[in-house]
Amino acid sequence: MQYETVIGLEIHAQLKTATKIFCSCSTTFGNEPNENVCPVCSGMPGVLPVLNVKVAEYAAKMGMAVNCVVNPVSVFARKNYFYPDLPKAYQISQFEQPICGPGHVVIETEAGRKKVGITRIHMEEDAGKNIHSASENKSFVDLNRTGVPLIEIVSDPDMRSAAEAVAYLKEIRSILVYLGICDGNMEEGSFRCDANVSVRPVGQAELGTRAELKNMNSFKHVQKAIDYEVARQIDLVEDGEAVIQETRLYDAAKGTTHPMRGKEEAHDYRYFPDPDLVPLVLEAQWLTTWRGELPELPEAKRNRFVSQYGLPEFDAGVLTAERDLADYFEATVAAGGAAGGEAKKVSNWMMGEFLRELNQAGIGAGQAKLAPADLARLVGLIDKGLISGKIAKEVFPELFAQGGDPEAFVKAKGLVQISDTSALEQAVDAVLAESQTEVERYRAGNTKLLGFFVGQVMKKTKGQANPGIVNDLLKNKLA
Amino acid sequence: MKITPEEVSRVARLARLELSEAKRELFVPQLQNILSYMDQLAELDTTGVTPMYGPVEHTTVLRADEVRKDFTRAEVLSNAPEEDGRFFIVPRIV
Repeated sequence: MQYETVIGLEIHAQLKTATKIFCSCSTTFGNEPNENVCPVCSGMPGVLPVLNVKVAEYAAKMGMAVNCVVNPVSVFARKNYFYPDLPKAYQISQFEQPICGPGHVVIETEAGRKKVGITRIHMEEDAGKNIHSASENKSFVDLNRTGVPLIEIVSDPDMRSAAEAVAYLKEIRSILVYLGICDGNMEEGSFRCDANVSVRPVGQAELGTRAELKNMNSFKHVQKAIDYEVARQIDLVEDGEAVIQETRLYDAAKGTTHPMRGKEEAHDYRYFPDPDLVPLVLEAQWLTTWRGELPELPEAKRNRFVSQYGLPEFDAGVLTAERDLADYFEATVAAGGAAGGEAKKVSNWMMGEFLRELNQAGIGAGQAKLAPADLARLVGLIDKGLISGKIAKEVFPELFAQGGDPEAFVKAKGLVQISDTSALEQAVDAVLAESQTEVERYRAGNTKLLGFFVGQVMKKTKGQANPGIVNDLLKNKLA
Repeated sequence: MKITPEEVSRVARLARLELSEAKRELFVPQLQNILSYMDQLAELDTTGVTPMYGPVEHTTVLRADEVRKDFTRAEVLSNAPEEDGRFFIVPRIV
């Protein structure tokens, strides 16, 4: 039997505000435990939460960016449960009236573009962190993260494969980072994702029973966890067993999912409107201002990169995935105006060597020491024949690491390409003199040997010969 | 809605309250009375009336995103039953 996978994602994004959602405590990450804590976020009796205006702004902007209805009135609700990292014994969230209603994003899939629906976006507070001590039989609670603002973005169950789920996740992350409202770091937990996964026989309208997957700290984990879970559920169904609705944790070491332990009681959060907070009323004027502040978003930039720079869709997708990478590309092309850099050549360098070095260094394009103008110069040097593409690739890691003018760099290293015909002629003559047998075979019709001669000349010139000129010289002399 | 002793026990468990049998018997009619009153209110025809989420008129209250630190960590930890100067300490949870 053929099965269809159905996936919906719940994404939690930490907002990049200076203070917490309902109090003036700092949100700085990595402070000493419980330094960023006050009576409000530690849940002292009698305190009053007051909403941070930036949280409303950021949540509304995200809604606008993903084509959501932004509700002029939204209401905060209490979600009740007991856990020491949530000292009030409830999380302030939104339930019946979230800030943003239905919307959608467009993702790139193997089968082309696809629309993924967004059910809702709501604001809520993050919980703290617990450290458990086995030896002392105690748990240590740090409330620094308690009250850090989150938005939860809930998708419709529109995705049909792990690859689509990852594409959607990347698109949402990219939009958040473009908006400058979240740093999108999955490993540090500022961007988190839970996946609701079910399977059903192809053609069946009703959804299968779903499992909720948690604990996936990278795009790769999301992909693997979903793939594993889909296979597990199909096995169950094939064996005539039932899929149980439950929360399952992904085990990165084993690549499997297993039921979350200790979920004794079925969830009964007893949501109700939080009487401490009045409904949030967004004035039309604010919404107009915020909409006016939206930057060019990934999808629009992708389309523009194709039309303005003539890039293939694939290049445009890679280069616009990160806002600072896209900015770097545009700065390089702009700087290359004088140095002769062309958009596709710049794109090739960025998608190849540049991205590889960035990833190895674990930094974003904005932190690269090599300035866009210098990359433009490098592309220009190859165009002008001052160095070969091969040499450029060889020196790139060093150039990337230290930055600076590539022309001065290759000159100082003595790597400038030999384009002087008379100098190259000597090398060519020497090679031909040393390779009499090959010369005879070439003249007898084995023209594939041209590559051999080019190689020999390159060897003699330590790779610095201009390959175009060497080719021409050889062809002339062997004719 | 009919309140049963089982329902009272369930609510108590969700609130982490331990109830004696006598207390449970006491609360059944009390909760029932409150809900009956709500049922009485529900008889009113509210068609076309916008629901209110609180007894006060809606006024959005917002705070500027500016950091303030009014309490030291020692003060914040001072009400905890157990702390070590850095963390709140609770019985082990997992």
